[in-house]
Amino acid sequence: MEGDDETTSVTMIDDEIYINGGGEEKRSKPNLSGELLDVEVYAGLYSGRTKVTRLMFIADRCGNQVMKLDALRMAYEEIKKGENTNLFKEVVEKIDGKLGSEYCLDQTWVDTVDRKAEVRKEKLESELNAYRTNLIKESIRMGYNDFGEFYYSHGHLGDAFKNYARTRDYCTTSKHILQMCLNAILVSIEMGQFTHVATYVSKAEQTPDALDPVAIAKLRCAAGLAHLESKKYKLAARKFLETGPELANTYTEVIAPQDVATYGGLCALASFDRAELKSKVIDNFNFRNFLELVPEVREIINDFYSSRYASCLEFLENLKANLLLDIHLHDHVETLYSQIRHKALIQYTHPFVSVDLRMMADAFKTDVSGLEKELEALITDNQIQARIDSHNKILYARHADQRNSTFKNVLQSGDEFDRDVKSMLLRANVLKFDTGGYHRHPHHRKF
Amino acid sequence: MGRFRDNKYNKPGLMLFVDEISHKHQQRRDEEDESDQYHYYQRPKQVRMESIETLVANIIGLSEGKTTQLHTLLKQSEDSIQNMASQLGQSLDQLDPEKHSLGYLFLLEAYLSTPAAKEQAELIPSVARFINSCVAEQIRLEPRKFTYICKTFTDVVVQRQVPIMGVAPLRIAVRKLQPSSEHLTALHSEFLLVCLLAKCYKTGYSILKDDIFEVDQPRNLFLYCYYGGMICIGQKQFRRAIQLLHNVVTAPMQSLNCITVEAYKKYILVNLIQNGQFSATFPKYASSAAQRSLKHFSQPYLDLATSYSTGKIAELESCVATHREKFESDTNLGLVNQVVTSLYKRNIQRLTQTYLTLSLQDIANTVQLNTPKEAEMRVLQMIEDGEIFATINQKDGMVSFLEDPEQYKSCEMIESIDTSIQRIMSLSKKLNSVHEVISCDPAYLGKAERHRNQRFEMDDFDNVPQRFNM
Repeated sequence: MEGDDETTSVTMIDDEIYINGGGEEKRSKPNLSGELLDVEVYAGLYSGRTKVTRLMFIADRCGNQVMKLDALRMAYEEIKKGENTNLFKEVVEKIDGKLGSEYCLDQTWVDTVDRKAEVRKEKLESELNAYRTNLIKESIRMGYNDFGEFYYSHGHLGDAFKNYARTRDYCTTSKHILQMCLNAILVSIEMGQFTHVATYVSKAEQTPDALDPVAIAKLRCAAGLAHLESKKYKLAARKFLETGPELANTYTEVIAPQDVATYGGLCALASFDRAELKSKVIDNFNFRNFLELVPEVREIINDFYSSRYASCLEFLENLKANLLLDIHLHDHVETLYSQIRHKALIQYTHPFVSVDLRMMADAFKTDVSGLEKELEALITDNQIQARIDSHNKILYARHADQRNSTFKNVLQSGDEFDRDVKSMLLRANVLKFDTGGYHRHPHHRKF
Repeated sequence: MGRFRDNKYNKPGLMLFVDEISHKHQQRRDEEDESDQYHYYQRPKQVRMESIETLVANIIGLSEGKTTQLHTLLKQSEDSIQNMASQLGQSLDQLDPEKHSLGYLFLLEAYLSTPAAKEQAELIPSVARFINSCVAEQIRLEPRKFTYICKTFTDVVVQRQVPIMGVAPLRIAVRKLQPSSEHLTALHSEFLLVCLLAKCYKTGYSILKDDIFEVDQPRNLFLYCYYGGMICIGQKQFRRAIQLLHNVVTAPMQSLNCITVEAYKKYILVNLIQNGQFSATFPKYASSAAQRSLKHFSQPYLDLATSYSTGKIAELESCVATHREKFESDTNLGLVNQVVTSLYKRNIQRLTQTYLTLSLQDIANTVQLNTPKEAEMRVLQMIEDGEIFATINQKDGMVSFLEDPEQYKSCEMIESIDTSIQRIMSLSKKLNSVHEVISCDPAYLGKAERHRNQRFEMDDFDNVPQRFNM
């Protein structure tokens, strides 16, 4: 390479790097939740059983005594409002008297609730039997539905699911089917049975009558969760992005609108290419409303799109601790993060013929040798077409010579053909012994 | 195999040969039994008790242009020749091996079957003289006798531990017995065995350049390919070795045999050295016997392939250490060491894909070599062998990797491409003609028909099933 070329390309990179990393201070930085999660605010986003399970999940994972007890206290209070005595006992066991006498095992409450439950169950049973003898479809459906609700509120998820599923035979209108599906989805999500979730979502979408926007939004969220659990991040991202603003706070027993923004945004970053990111995320009016609820994710996406990788990765790092406490996302954080980072590296190198590794390392807030290792892995994976000049710390793009590689491939397949045909002919000749036509040496077949 | 452990032939690498030799003896005995029966049926009513003199005179008289008549006569008097086998030593001297090849062949065969003959000191040169000067047309009238003589010759040469004396005669013997270079004879494997023992790999390799298509006995093919594979390994012709061993592993067979098992082990190792990977899935044309149980016999080798695929020297070496005894007793330890070396090379080669320049220190670190000096030596060796394209800057301790300079523009390249095209065209013609012959072969058609009747419900009217699965 000529000396002139090199200097121009380097200055060009210099400018670019300056834009990439340097402009960061000038932008107004939104106040990020780099500090610990505010459990109370978080819990306020949810209702019902998921609130309790999310709180307990946080208590299990956070590793911070104050936060843990905080979460457990709220869970305790939430359960007291309901009728789930098993969960209550579990929480009390976890609190282990550390919150004082106020939060101990309230045996009288447990007994009352259990007694009431017994009475109610008997009542429901006799009602259901009466309906069944009368053969009134609608009443039977209601009966099973009541049973489902009863089991759900008492924490018997399996039985609840069975009863909800049983209502299916007695559904007469699309509305009933939708209700049945939503109930089944709710219970399945609580049980962690995401294959059920996917089937019931498709069942609900197949109902003949048009669904109302709220229901559609709920189904999209559920489908998104199912895809997320099965690691299909691209599909998950699509579903979350399609979620309408009608969702608002109507589905808090499963998901908060903030979650839609976080899940959708991160999955999109990890799996979409640049064009898709622009058209489906940044220019998506509906989704923008969700993103406004979580400014961190909005900033991450904007930074990523405008190639401010340093700040993008910084935001991501800040969010990480909290995302790990999310009941649905925690398993996928590492994978999503590494995919986002790889995409950032690939996108960074893409437009250049040569890249100075030191500047690139600056832009990614890492050191040169670490970056070299990451790049090496990506090149070996054939995700970046480039080679590293380790001496001068420069990455050079590499364009495969189509002509040469074609020649090489042709010669290679010629050789392979040659070899395969020869051994095939040989085998064919040996096989003549098996066809029985060449029994001149029968005793040799003993071999 | 264990009972051959104390055998004097048990030099490294010979265990299987010994096994084979004992096999051969067994088979030879079978053949002899059969020829007895043959005599019984063919024996003429009036047994002519010819004397040696008349016999020799007949041979001399009839050898001039009347070989057919002589052949019949000799066959009729085979029994009496056998009876006077022990006295034939002197009469052989009266015959000229070139002029009277057929007669010489009959007498020599009978003579060699006596135990006394095998003890004779002059045996090797005299048989070698016969092989050198005999006439191909005459000995091809009795290929079995000629094969027997050569096999006995091989045994003697091996027993007296002078395998090198067998190399040249057996090479001539192979050529004389072969109707064309595509034919495999029973002597191919004998020749290769002697070459292996005498370490004359180059001579052995010369015969392996021919492509073999015509096979009379599958067993010859197995041994030919196995020994051939070993010779190619000795010559570092790994590509050809893989091809030969592949033939053994995928050959049609009813039940598994020792040769295939040993060949499969070497096949794994050579694949690792040459291609850097080994896929344990068999092609679907491999026999079910091989698919079923080969892996079971070669687990340490498969473990080695797995640890090789991680690309980590430490892991590979610990695997070698675990199975060291097994490799050693299989006499494959040398090859295993070559596998380890090849991993270093492969790791260095991988670096050329990702780096333009890299310091020797970094190379040493990445491929787990102890010193930059060692890395330099390895890189240098690889550049010399044309395995990578690079220059070493000793002052800075840097290596610059270059692209493959081959541009596919030179006359030589075009010529070599042209020869490849010609080769493939003639091969494809051959393939078509073989296909035609097979589709007209009544035996094949009968079998295919039966096959189809068995599963007629499958509605399969393609009358050349598994055409490409053979």
